[in-house]
Amino acid sequence: MKPNQLLRLLAGLFAISLFAAACGSSGDDTSAGTDSGDAGDSGDSGDSGGACAAGETDGDLAIYNWTEYMDPELKDAFEAEFGVSVTEDNYDSNEAMQPIISAGGSGYDFIVPSDYMVSILIENGDIMELQKDAIPNVGNLLPDFASGLPFDPSGTYSIPYQWGTTGLGVDLSVTGEDVPETWGLVFDADLAAEYGLEGSFATLLNDPRETMGAALKYLGYSLNTTSDAELDEAKAIVADAKSRVAAFDSDQYDELLVTGESSIAHGYSGNFIVQFDEADDPDQYAYFVPQEGGTRWVDNMAVPADAPHPCTAHTFINFLLDAERGAQLTNWNYYASPNAASEEFIDPDVLSDPIVYPTDVSKLEFIEDTGDFEINFSDAFIEAKG
Amino acid sequence: MSSTQQMRGTTKWALNLNAVLVYLFFYAPIFLLVVYSFSNDNLVGRWGGFTFNWYREFAANDEVQTALSVSIKVAIISTLVSVVLGTLAALALERATFRGQRIFDALLYLPIIIPDVTMAVMMLLFFTQGINLLDSWFGIRLSKGVTTVTLSHIAFSISFVSIVVRARLDGMNQKLEEAAQDLYASRLQAFRYVTLPQIMPGIAGGALLALTLSLDDVVITQFVAGPGSTTLPVYVFGLIRRGVSPLINAVSVVMLAISVSLVLLSLILQRTRSGADAA
Amino acid sequence: MVSTQAAQAEQTSVESAEQATVEFEAKAIRQASRRGFLMALPAYGYLVLFFAIPLMIVVVYSFATRTSSGGTALSGWNLDAYRKLGEPIVRDILFRSIWIALLTTVLCLIIAYPFSYYLATRSERVRNVLLVFVMIPFWSNFLVRNYAWRVLLGNDGPVSQVTSAIGLGETRILFTPLAVIIGLVYGFLPFMILPLYAAIERIDWRLVEASRDLYASGFESFRRVVLPLSMPGVVAGSILVFVPSLGAYVTPEILGGAKTTLLGSYVVVQFLTARNWPVGASLSFVLMSVMLVTTLIYFRSGGRTL
Repeated sequence: MKPNQLLRLLAGLFAISLFAAACGSSGDDTSAGTDSGDAGDSGDSGDSGGACAAGETDGDLAIYNWTEYMDPELKDAFEAEFGVSVTEDNYDSNEAMQPIISAGGSGYDFIVPSDYMVSILIENGDIMELQKDAIPNVGNLLPDFASGLPFDPSGTYSIPYQWGTTGLGVDLSVTGEDVPETWGLVFDADLAAEYGLEGSFATLLNDPRETMGAALKYLGYSLNTTSDAELDEAKAIVADAKSRVAAFDSDQYDELLVTGESSIAHGYSGNFIVQFDEADDPDQYAYFVPQEGGTRWVDNMAVPADAPHPCTAHTFINFLLDAERGAQLTNWNYYASPNAASEEFIDPDVLSDPIVYPTDVSKLEFIEDTGDFEINFSDAFIEAKG
Repeated sequence: MSSTQQMRGTTKWALNLNAVLVYLFFYAPIFLLVVYSFSNDNLVGRWGGFTFNWYREFAANDEVQTALSVSIKVAIISTLVSVVLGTLAALALERATFRGQRIFDALLYLPIIIPDVTMAVMMLLFFTQGINLLDSWFGIRLSKGVTTVTLSHIAFSISFVSIVVRARLDGMNQKLEEAAQDLYASRLQAFRYVTLPQIMPGIAGGALLALTLSLDDVVITQFVAGPGSTTLPVYVFGLIRRGVSPLINAVSVVMLAISVSLVLLSLILQRTRSGADAA
Repeated sequence: MVSTQAAQAEQTSVESAEQATVEFEAKAIRQASRRGFLMALPAYGYLVLFFAIPLMIVVVYSFATRTSSGGTALSGWNLDAYRKLGEPIVRDILFRSIWIALLTTVLCLIIAYPFSYYLATRSERVRNVLLVFVMIPFWSNFLVRNYAWRVLLGNDGPVSQVTSAIGLGETRILFTPLAVIIGLVYGFLPFMILPLYAAIERIDWRLVEASRDLYASGFESFRRVVLPLSMPGVVAGSILVFVPSLGAYVTPEILGGAKTTLLGSYVVVQFLTARNWPVGASLSFVLMSVMLVTTLIYFRSGGRTL
């Protein structure tokens, strides 16, 4: 093909694609219109960056959140109160959400990244500084959550949504009632055998920071270490445990435990509570954070830097920080609330449950972004798995 | 003579047995998911007595229904477009020689070879940049959504369709088409009445593949979707973290029911039409 | 002198006549070529715009650098990402993945060939119905099917119950390499059946009858007539199974318990978990190049254009 032919071809293609894209977009608008009656949605996004007043809305709200992390009734209540429509899409991991937000143009107004992901998003300039004037309810936060969190020390970019821990769920019918609360149940073959754990009985999270972190804690190190020697030790521990591991699984560990596929499972607090409650005999299972310590995590509300409707997002954050609505979230999904004002409205059984609200958090650590060392974590985990 | 016939008998028997086993294999998990969609327990795999609750929940859940309708819309459009483009590409490559053919040949394989997540990432960057450029150059403001999802699905489906159609075309007798043209059929007529019926099984196979790929894709869709354009697989993928409840089974059963009834409908239509032709 | 001139004139007229024919043919060829190009154009254009151009992004990223926050700095171009591919762990993962993909392809071929043969030899109406019934399970949902297999192959699942009922004792296939293979074969079998069916169905069965008339045994006529004629389907099916199963990662994670890393998961980990896009991009680029070149060489040497 001659160069000028090629040029003509490319020009033609470009024209066609523009045409197609333009047609497609009008199609999108009409479909959005029939779904929720917000046909003017894409047109009113030019005024971001201005100051937002409390209770101000500047268009419909698009939420990008973890699955089943928000009571649908709260969305309905927000729609009714502020006369905007709310759409929610879900992600299953921070890692799947981050590239979509970082690329820009995601169209979302409200996201819920976890601790270490907040610091990554801040560093990349992907989330905006929150205008506290538009969020008067921020004063409801417990002092520990209002400031001093390692990923966003002054709470400039993010406001805690809910928090929990990572630990072990155990089938007591296998181990007996008085099982020691230690990572050794997985990492120490002799101890495991002593408590009747045989074969490939365990599941560990398929996540380099969580699982290498558990091994680091078992060894008495920080889970945010950047020492190659410590990481190597942890790698050996995980590699040794592999013969006792049925699966590395971040999604189904709780179900595998209650269906008897595993006898001990590494996972997040809230999921275990929900699953245990539904078991034939809830007392057959226990959840604890091992005495060596473990992970504590906070999911946070944040607004993407290029959110089309930042004021609505601020208003929504303020809405969720209301005392009763904060309690409604916790009563709905069994994760702990960072909201001090909410406590009187939270179901007393939940509030007194040490799984939801651990009494001693001194040995727990947040996962922090270790920068370039993240690569070492991911390589070590792959090498440990073989 | 008798020995060969006996051979034929055993071969036939083995072929039948194999076919039965293959269908058993295909339908074993389907049977299981249908059964547990009626189970009154939150866990798939633990029978809790018969119930219609999951179907009721499906009927009451707007998010699932929206996701299902987005999925079906995307699947149908991307299948139609990729079947036309893929079949034309297959015909061009098998029946003609033109400059740039080799490059085209190679280009057609790439979407099959590329890892899912790589394509997802590159489409994400491409659409984001493309939308920015359109905005700054022409003032056309677009956003990611059903359109970008459909465009991406077409991009990977074309290759699958063209490979299946080419397997059909390769070495196929071209004389018939030439004969038709000798008999003064126009090129289009020759294609319509001679070539097309001959390659139809290939096109149908390619279309089925494209439909399946579109209905199953998670990763690419997740990256190029925008607010409100979540497809069913992406929705299900998110749900798994909080437990694979039989709700998902119920959704799958509904999808199966829709596709089976569409198939039955088309078979009935075919039958009545061929009946009319005969009369 | 004159005579030679005349001879020359005669010669040129013959030449020009020949030239005219050649030109006519050339024109016809050009027309056919243009027609071919025009038919290919829509797909060509589409793939250039929505695949080749985005693919350039991947190529560019493979020479970039990961920033400490996991972004990608488009400056300071280097080959570090390619160097990482030389590490032994990547090699192990590669060999393991190729082995599993090969096994999947061979098993699919063994199961699908007689099945497609069976399909292709039914009457036309039955054939279409049977073919659609192959595809129906795949219109449910990929993940749901995988989780259904998890139940089927689990500790107390139906498969285990069957084996213990017939006296083989309880079997737990879930979270073993066998479970991964079963899952992959299940997932990719239609990719083998469809092209095979399309290829076998168009075979002219009179050729088979002729071979039988020439006293070929059933097996002989299969080997010498049916098999060679169905070869394009075998090749197309093998590509459609081998290539995606090399990159598969959902099935190995759900049914294999993610206990060994395969190529597909490795790419995902690089892009998402390690947020090391240059390595993800370089690995994808190398993988695609190698597979593309192998495929094209195979077809060129086999004399097929497919």
